Amino acid sequence: MIDKSYDIVIIGGGPAGLAAAISAFDNGVKNVLVLEREQRTGGILNQCIHNGFGLTRFKESLSGPEYAYRFVKQVKDRKIPVLTQTTVLSISQDKTITAINKEYGVFTVNAKAIVLAMGCRERSKGALNIAGTRPAGIFSAGTAQKYVNVKGYMPGREVVILGSGDIGLIMARRMTLEGAKVKAVCEIMPYSGGLKRNIVQCLNDFDIPLYLSHTITQIHGKDRVTGVTISKVDQNKRPIPNTEIYFDCDTVLFSVGLIPENELTKGMGVPLSPRTKGAVVYQDRQTLVDGVFACGNVLHVHDLVDFVSDEAELAGLSAANYVKNGASVHDTIDCVNGKNIGYVLPQKIDKNLSGDVKLYFRVANEFKNCKIVCECNGQVLAQKKKPVVAPGEMEYLVIKESEIKNANGQITLSLEELL
Amino acid sequence: MNSVNLTCVECPLGCSITVCLKDGKVESVSGNSCPRGKAYAESEVVCPKRVLTTTVKTADGRILAVKTDNPVPKADLMKLMQRINGIIANTPVKIGDIIVKNLIEGVNLVATDYLE
Repeated sequence: MIDKSYDIVIIGGGPAGLAAAISAFDNGVKNVLVLEREQRTGGILNQCIHNGFGLTRFKESLSGPEYAYRFVKQVKDRKIPVLTQTTVLSISQDKTITAINKEYGVFTVNAKAIVLAMGCRERSKGALNIAGTRPAGIFSAGTAQKYVNVKGYMPGREVVILGSGDIGLIMARRMTLEGAKVKAVCEIMPYSGGLKRNIVQCLNDFDIPLYLSHTITQIHGKDRVTGVTISKVDQNKRPIPNTEIYFDCDTVLFSVGLIPENELTKGMGVPLSPRTKGAVVYQDRQTLVDGVFACGNVLHVHDLVDFVSDEAELAGLSAANYVKNGASVHDTIDCVNGKNIGYVLPQKIDKNLSGDVKLYFRVANEFKNCKIVCECNGQVLAQKKKPVVAPGEMEYLVIKESEIKNANGQITLSLEELL
Repeated sequence: MNSVNLTCVECPLGCSITVCLKDGKVESVSGNSCPRGKAYAESEVVCPKRVLTTTVKTADGRILAVKTDNPVPKADLMKLMQRINGIIANTPVKIGDIIVKNLIEGVNLVATDYLE
């Protein structure tokens, strides 16, 4: 049987969990356990065989498994225990974790600190209310990615993709390379939710048409998908009659957003933000429950794993500090999103913590030539100009420690358009 | 003199780059934020190249992630995919192991995952 008590237990062995474990260990807390649901650690990176990971962190373009291995190896080198094929069932407020696996059945472990690193999952077709029966051939883009890249199966031959998030774009290219015909990518918004480079190298490179302001209005077929009808949508995202286009296809992929997987978080009573769908956190990534930290996509959905690793290292360090020093007294100011900002994280700033604060945020819309301003009681704490911003690309703004110390009220981040 | 507008694919910034050409030769590159962007733009207007990432089968029936260790001509991607899909890799294999030496123009196909 494994030990019953750990200083830090990390829930999830994806990029966030691995980086948090390494960081906690390197910051002096050696009694760390990682719990992972899948057969191997590395999380979603294992099925992301395309390159482009690690440019910020390692200054080279790695594939998902290559990026993951750098962390897998460090965990191994430190001999940090990892239980794979282990599902956490619940976590109690006193930090008792109930989990299940083949070897131990249902078992519990206790932790002084917990790092939540469960990642996110795909929004499903069911969330979208699309007319039609329930034929085979409908997949989330991530499921299709697992079939093609990990299992070696092709989900179909003629494909229409709904949603132009990065996974949808990546799968448009991947299916094309493997011999499928991708007939269209539809995006309900007037702009793509994916990175610009993915529009170029995944769609334009293969002449795959992108239909902006379009959505699927009907899926045809009884046993198997036989086609889809797409329609143009108005400003309120309602389909416009007589704009229908029909495509023959046997497969529909949905790439319609990611949702942080916070069932365990909710179950233990950690307050969530309705905007990020993740926990409300301080700048050190501590949630509003003492000793519980969160990082990576379970906290807010990132575009780049490089930022996940950074955030997880911060959470790991903070968890280690918590174990060494115990709970600290917070001197809290709120950090809220103002005009044209979708969300800002952290939502709480603790003035007792030292160091500059990096505010991560997403804008609410596409803007050109604008200024991001962070202010408190009419006083500007930090600002920067941006030539182009889009909701699909996470941005950040650094507030200096000296500015934080002087702040005496709610901090607001907003975007101003420059003429 | 004519100019070509490109979106750089080297990193997530996706810079809008303008390349000015004279008699088919690159005169100037602007809009890039780094040297990688300049190199990308210069190559893109002459012979667009991409790193190809895909999978191969293994002798014991598993799937191994692979990539070309350098960019290959974009025009050859589908042809290369056909060749790669006929390849069976041996295991065990480590990240970086060469699966096909000199796949095209001196570029190798290498493993990007490990299988024991």
